[in-house]
Amino acid sequence: MSTPNVIVIGGGLGGLWATLRIADAGFPVTLFSLFEVKRSHSVCAQGGINAVLDTKGQHDSIRQHIIDTIKGGEYLANQPPVKAMCEDAPGLIRTFERMGVTFSRTPEGLLDQRLFGGVKNKRTCFAGASTGQQLLYGVDQQVRRLESEGKVVKHEWWEFLSLLLDADGVCRGIVAMDLKSLEVRAFAADAVVVASGGMGQLYAPKSTTSTNSTGAAASRCYQQGAWMANAEFFQFHPTAMMGHDKNRLMSEAARGEGGRIWVPKTPGDRRPPKTIPEAERFYFLEEFFPAYGNTVARDEAARAIWTVTRQMGLGIDSDGGDRVYLDLTHLDAAFIGARLGAILEIYRKFAGVDPMTEPMEIFPAAHYGMGGLWVDFERSADGGIQPDSPRNHATNIPGLYACGECDYAYHGANRLGANSLLSASYSGRVAGESVVSYLKGLSPDRGALAPEIPQAEVARQQTINVELMRAEGADTPYLIQKELGALMTAKVGVVRSNPELESALGELQVLRERLSNARLGESSTWANQSLAFARQLRDMIELAAVVTKGALARDECRGAHYKPAFHIPIPEGTFAGDPAFEAYRDRWHANNAQWLKTTIAEYAEDGPRLSYREVDLSVCPPTEPRDYR
Amino acid sequence: MTEQPIHLRIRRQDRPDSVPYWQEFAIRGRPDHNIVSLLMALREHPVTVSGERVDPVVWEHNCMEEVCGACAMLINGVPRPSCSALVAELDQPIRLEPLPKFPVVRDLLVDRRRIDQGLKQVKAWIKIDGVWDTHEGAPRIGPSEWAANYLYSRCMSCGCCMAACPQFGPHSAFLGPAPLAQARLMNAHPTGRYDKTERLHAIMADGGLSDCGNAQNCVRVCPKEIPLTTAIGELGRQTTVQLIKDLFGPR
Repeated sequence: MSTPNVIVIGGGLGGLWATLRIADAGFPVTLFSLFEVKRSHSVCAQGGINAVLDTKGQHDSIRQHIIDTIKGGEYLANQPPVKAMCEDAPGLIRTFERMGVTFSRTPEGLLDQRLFGGVKNKRTCFAGASTGQQLLYGVDQQVRRLESEGKVVKHEWWEFLSLLLDADGVCRGIVAMDLKSLEVRAFAADAVVVASGGMGQLYAPKSTTSTNSTGAAASRCYQQGAWMANAEFFQFHPTAMMGHDKNRLMSEAARGEGGRIWVPKTPGDRRPPKTIPEAERFYFLEEFFPAYGNTVARDEAARAIWTVTRQMGLGIDSDGGDRVYLDLTHLDAAFIGARLGAILEIYRKFAGVDPMTEPMEIFPAAHYGMGGLWVDFERSADGGIQPDSPRNHATNIPGLYACGECDYAYHGANRLGANSLLSASYSGRVAGESVVSYLKGLSPDRGALAPEIPQAEVARQQTINVELMRAEGADTPYLIQKELGALMTAKVGVVRSNPELESALGELQVLRERLSNARLGESSTWANQSLAFARQLRDMIELAAVVTKGALARDECRGAHYKPAFHIPIPEGTFAGDPAFEAYRDRWHANNAQWLKTTIAEYAEDGPRLSYREVDLSVCPPTEPRDYR
Repeated sequence: MTEQPIHLRIRRQDRPDSVPYWQEFAIRGRPDHNIVSLLMALREHPVTVSGERVDPVVWEHNCMEEVCGACAMLINGVPRPSCSALVAELDQPIRLEPLPKFPVVRDLLVDRRRIDQGLKQVKAWIKIDGVWDTHEGAPRIGPSEWAANYLYSRCMSCGCCMAACPQFGPHSAFLGPAPLAQARLMNAHPTGRYDKTERLHAIMADGGLSDCGNAQNCVRVCPKEIPLTTAIGELGRQTTVQLIKDLFGPR
């Protein structure tokens, strides 16, 4: 057998970390991306990356990072991978630093750390206000170096279409399409890593994600038998500004650095915000969550904004929208400019208003999918994950690995701020190590893939293209995508109910049928973007059904999944030891017994089949309900 | 804000080797549209002012926050990212053309791989032993040095500076401002500096630093206000010193 080779799909932080680790071990990597890899969505993460360095005199500890991550995710994440990730975070930061990442510095020239949502200690490394961009460029440069040494080959402007599975169901390569020539071709590989990012475009345009974050690649794996897990958990970022094309994120760092969220106490108060006296402002996060104030976790903040705007009718937007103020005007302009420069520039640029002189107007938008492709792990003796085990980050399809936002592994029911860059990087590295072990364990006399398999799959994919080009229905895929986004936002969003979820499932079926008959509006055989868009949209609808069905089945509130009909509130004014609080704790335990489990969705022609798996709670069993008061 | 027709003139090209042509559109929209959101509205209903249904316009976009660099094009003659080009601030009809100097793939989509090639030529990376933890970070970097470096690390390879540069293009081997600025960034890093000589030799070769005509266009169009000409000036001093070292250095 010649040297085994690997295909990596996606060139964001996860994909590039995996690429580096595999190529460093001497296995050739072919990297597929829809566009030049440095344009991946990782660049959008502004605020930072968590790692316990304990350099701020707060006695921060890795144990606390583990607990914050687990509790932030309401115990739904398997705990050994979380433990291992938090333990490895400082080492990842050091590696990034060696790559030349321009992390912000203390006066002593050391890595600076800032406070971020959902935690009490300064634990977040940052690079100005463009941390994701800087981290991605760090690994992008290293991949370019390996490319110049012939260890990595990039196929940019190629779209992954499907997996090549052999007779035993083992992944042996992919079929991909050149987005310029539309050539459909099979590529053999001994292992495939899918690092295709998130699926925020299910909620477009009310999403902070890039337009390529469709989830289509993960959906294609799912439709070929890979399990999706916990897809119903979708984080809505509380602070985003509205646009026709997308909602642009205002980083949580704006709250971490002292930004305050408020609305006028009087409904319909239309005075300019700066003229409203302090006493007539309702700083609702500070009142609802005294211990955390404005840095409370994202889901709590998003729902608090929902409560204040939709239920209390205190939204500031004149047309009855969900907007509230995010105010930085009381802070020192030079300090804030240095710390948050890039994100304030975004607001100035896209809203035409200076946030240093006028409070920003923000509201929640779909931001991050906690769920994704199910991946395995092997627990180590010390309760983390076994280094170099080929099971880590393996999907249920042998030879197929997943990492980054397209997997489900680290964030449970909700993700802490600044943990996404960490999980993307860490999971990419681990997936890379795991793939190396898998390759080393392959039998040397394993036969080649039977040539009929790629031939048949290429022909099948070409047929799909021909059919899409021929269709002459009433709708275009662009219109159907808008309807998909509106449907998901309205009925599978921040607040959910079973009747609405039921109806969403039916409407998704209608969209699926309409799309099967939609007209592309162009028949060009060169760089036909409508063709690629229609193909992605079809797979997005399949994924939307997984999100919706998982949400419908899960009759509880956990993390970002919020169904008021099943809410178990903390009795007001009671604390541990009070009989009412203890009764609440019992209900909380009973609910965990029923629902603290991983949702698994398997593809079937007539819609996703759901089942549930145990969560590994071996590090920090749930004894304490999350309490941000 | 009320909807009103927004007039667009778009230069189109079906294939890399075909002849470009212009089409005009009037799209109903609000002034708070940007060019990307406007093109998204257009693709839903791609009909010209004369009522002809045409293929949706092809262009590239991703983050729409001016950080991925994908959506740069020529807007009213100026190279800039289209996601941050607000309709309210543009004279109409708004002229959209592909970013010049780079080969057109289709319509407003261009092939910018020469930026990538330039980054390889100048070795815009830091050699590390491997992507594992060595239990040691990089040497300290003072805040003012950090601030100077950070300006350059925000380059998103959008290609605006290259499009505006009179020296860069299919006619020349000039690397262009973006890769040069990255050479400056890597040379400033405490361990990146170990390979400074190699990078300087790369930019002292054909198509290197001496091809810069000092037109200063690059720095005027950079959407991230990267001081590209300062970088080129610094590299000029570094190459002069290198030249002397090469002449009198150890044999």
